[in-house]
Amino acid sequence: MSALFAAVSTTAPIFVAQNVFFGIIALLMIVSALKVVTTSNVVHAALWLVLVLAGAAAQFILLGSEFVAVTQVLVYIGAVVVLFLFGVMLTRASMGDDETVASEKRSMAAVVAALLLAVMSIALIDSFSDDRLVIDQPQLVTTVADSIFSQYIVPFEAVSVLLLAALIGAIVVARKD
Amino acid sequence: MMILSELAYWESTSLRVVGGLAAVLLMAGTLVYIHLFKLVSFMQSRLGPMETGPYGSLQLLAEVGKFLQKEDIFPRKADRFVFAAAPFVILMSTFLLVVVVPGGPDAWFIDSDLGIYLAMAVSSVSVIGILMAGWGSANKYSLMGGLRATGQLIAYELPLILAVVGVVIQAGTMNMQGIVLAQADGSIFGWSGIGNPFLLTQAVGFFVFMIAMQAELTQSPFDMPVAESELVTGYMTEYSGMRFLMFFIGEFATAGVFSAIAAVLFLGGWYVPGIDSASNAFNVIGPLVMLGKVVFLSFLVFWFRFTFPRFREDQLQKLAWKFLIPIALVNIVATGILKVAF
Repeated sequence: MSALFAAVSTTAPIFVAQNVFFGIIALLMIVSALKVVTTSNVVHAALWLVLVLAGAAAQFILLGSEFVAVTQVLVYIGAVVVLFLFGVMLTRASMGDDETVASEKRSMAAVVAALLLAVMSIALIDSFSDDRLVIDQPQLVTTVADSIFSQYIVPFEAVSVLLLAALIGAIVVARKD
Repeated sequence: MMILSELAYWESTSLRVVGGLAAVLLMAGTLVYIHLFKLVSFMQSRLGPMETGPYGSLQLLAEVGKFLQKEDIFPRKADRFVFAAAPFVILMSTFLLVVVVPGGPDAWFIDSDLGIYLAMAVSSVSVIGILMAGWGSANKYSLMGGLRATGQLIAYELPLILAVVGVVIQAGTMNMQGIVLAQADGSIFGWSGIGNPFLLTQAVGFFVFMIAMQAELTQSPFDMPVAESELVTGYMTEYSGMRFLMFFIGEFATAGVFSAIAAVLFLGGWYVPGIDSASNAFNVIGPLVMLGKVVFLSFLVFWFRFTFPRFREDQLQKLAWKFLIPIALVNIVATGILKVAF
């Protein structure tokens, strides 16, 4: 991780307001996330997902990572959820509830979710364990840019190739001949 | 405003909220009066509103009063919450957009290094509001209008952002103040008489930005989402009274805010030649200079709106994907090469 997230001694200050807002936003995110998977209306599920992702952006702002927060809004709320909604409305724009949505393959989804949670928890605990992370200043855009284009240049380019592959795949699928 | 830093957080936040409300509502009102009431009347050889106040200047208040009195109608099968919340989502995006626009060296709402990137991000949130309005109305015309609007806004967001990238490369910062200062303190081949407005070096970017902006605002010739001869009024069809007024304010306020962003990016924002860019005078005349530039740029928007007929839906998509985006990409490459060369 970057220098800003480096482990610092336990004498670091505790930010009360940040912790209170973290709790409020986290609660909102949990409620919205539960609504995403329990509502039987597909469009409502996508709109609840907006709240979850906006909450994630807000948490990033609390961490002082403005750039990541704004990217979260631009990419996930402005593009991904919009495409979800667009697709749902274009294909199955029934207004009422759709009972098949919430019931199908529920157990499989639960297993996948549990697996993801386990993997992410292990990764987090493994890399940070008892470290106390102190953010004493916001993460600047230039810091992010410098680390992307020096330290993480190879993963960055690999992701670009992945996106290119997805684009070509979309064109292949959409072509008529 | 230097005083802001001495106030408590809640005090400066309240001041920012009041300032943001004033900036959005006054700008929307000014644009409606100057352009929608008077400019279009002039173009159509009529006078426009003349009865309410001198030269019809109070017509705006009368219109707002009229909308506030109207019944707030919900279609019986509408998805009530989504239908009711949609105009708020659109207005929220506009209010978040205005905070990045600076009015002077110290007259700003937020002075973030993200600046223009933040603006592009929050402007994309309004698409969700439009989809909510189109779907929540439970009306085929509304849904089609909402889908058309979304396809259009997604297509034109790309050239808009790509046109901005050229400016960001040249200014070397995404901070709106930094972009203004880069133009104010710049020079054209050593001559610094008028600074270096990016309108000159980024003329291609300005061209792409203004066209994409016209489409983002869904103004004619890009008004397919609300095409009255095909879709009644698209996603706004079922709205009445207060909620319709919110869409209306959102439309004109967003036109003003986008013009302000274009003014910052290409016309030097609050800077006018002749006064030192660090001068305190800009905290007073800066907002007025911005207003002047906003009125000029939105005049271009409404001039096109009242002059050109509507495109067809497929022509609209072709213009974005096959014309504007390639031009913007070439502009970025050229700007990058020149930036390194000089």
